[in-house]
Amino acid sequence: MLAIARAVVYRDLLLAARRRGDVATALLFFVIVASLFPLGIGAEPNLLRAVAPGVIWVAALLSSMLSLARLFAADYADGTLEQMLLGAAPLGAVAAAKAAAHWLVAGLPLVLIAPLIALQYDLPAALYGVLALSLLLGTPVLSLVGAIGAALILGLRGGGVLLSLLVLPLYVPILIIGAGAVEMAAAGLAPDGQLLLLGAALVLAAAFAPWAIAAALRISIE
Amino acid sequence: MLEAADLECERGGRRLFRGLSFTLGPGELLRVAGPNGSGKTSLLRMLCGLLAPSRGEVRWGGTAIGRLREDYSRQLVYLGHAPAVKDDLTPQENLAISSSLQGISFTKKAIREALERFGLGAKREEPVRRLSQGQRRRSALARLCLAESVPLWLLDEPFSALDAAGVGLLRALIDAHVRRGAMVAFTTHQDPGIEAARVIELGLAS
Repeated sequence: MLAIARAVVYRDLLLAARRRGDVATALLFFVIVASLFPLGIGAEPNLLRAVAPGVIWVAALLSSMLSLARLFAADYADGTLEQMLLGAAPLGAVAAAKAAAHWLVAGLPLVLIAPLIALQYDLPAALYGVLALSLLLGTPVLSLVGAIGAALILGLRGGGVLLSLLVLPLYVPILIIGAGAVEMAAAGLAPDGQLLLLGAALVLAAAFAPWAIAAALRISIE
Repeated sequence: MLEAADLECERGGRRLFRGLSFTLGPGELLRVAGPNGSGKTSLLRMLCGLLAPSRGEVRWGGTAIGRLREDYSRQLVYLGHAPAVKDDLTPQENLAISSSLQGISFTKKAIREALERFGLGAKREEPVRRLSQGQRRRSALARLCLAESVPLWLLDEPFSALDAAGVGLLRALIDAHVRRGAMVAFTTHQDPGIEAARVIELGLAS
């Protein structure tokens, strides 16, 4: 089972390496959205510092959303998804591997680049760690929960918009807790509570989302 | 042994077939024939478990396939309408990945030989995007060379888009697999010139 999950992750990373443009699009989208706010609301340092956690987190949600629509669509179109359903491993394991690959390609780069974005908001350097840590714990949840939506919209017309309507409301708790962690730290309080909550959300999502994704895929493929 | 009991198929509110029962034992070849839209693909998808029949059930060794899940899918190779090859990967990578997904162990040499057998030896390092429709089909069919130990092959229109040499090659593969004591079911709307032990002729529902 592990060998098969590894093969799926390897395949998706290989595909991402062959289509670097797609990966760059989501990352650039994140950078641009997060950079538009300082331009739009002016260079008032206190204001920027106050909105930074929320804005960076919202940009991360939207960027993860952007790449989710393609998560299963190509596999669905060329028949590889059917082969995954008929594979030797439980579909849940394959689904978890797909979500993991999505995070590696679309989530991890955000975590790494977030401190650079934070520079534009004049966020104190002490907060970079909390920001990156909150994203590190939160973005895998976005990939896992978003994959459920991506599986449900397969084969539907206008699926992209539907996907945002389905998934963005589910992202709300992660957004509140994630941005909250950085705000707590900015206020000089310990963000442990929020980070632990994010960790708990990650454990829950990792345990249950793969089976929900698998069930959604089975429905869509019929 | 594969067993279909009283299968009924309804797609989009239209009944395609009903009361379809048959068994497929070791060393038997099943040909599903019928005009376009008669439900051949639906029947094959039911046999591999991608589509739930609206009535009846499919059994493998006496147990409903819905309960066996991956224990059943490990026993079969399904080649659908879509070739299930990735345009951005090479035939070699496609074959390695689809075989490991299926839980089939393989060596680099076996992969090279399978591709050479299907005339893709020179193209095995080129992205599938640059291959022709027929070569794409061949790169999908090359999976069968590695799946000789899998007891059930379900092939949906395997002869489409193949040239005469390709048809001959595939026919030989199917023949050898059946003679090995395995089961093969395939759909076709034309006569491929293989002697099938069983033929199911699906008609157009009125």
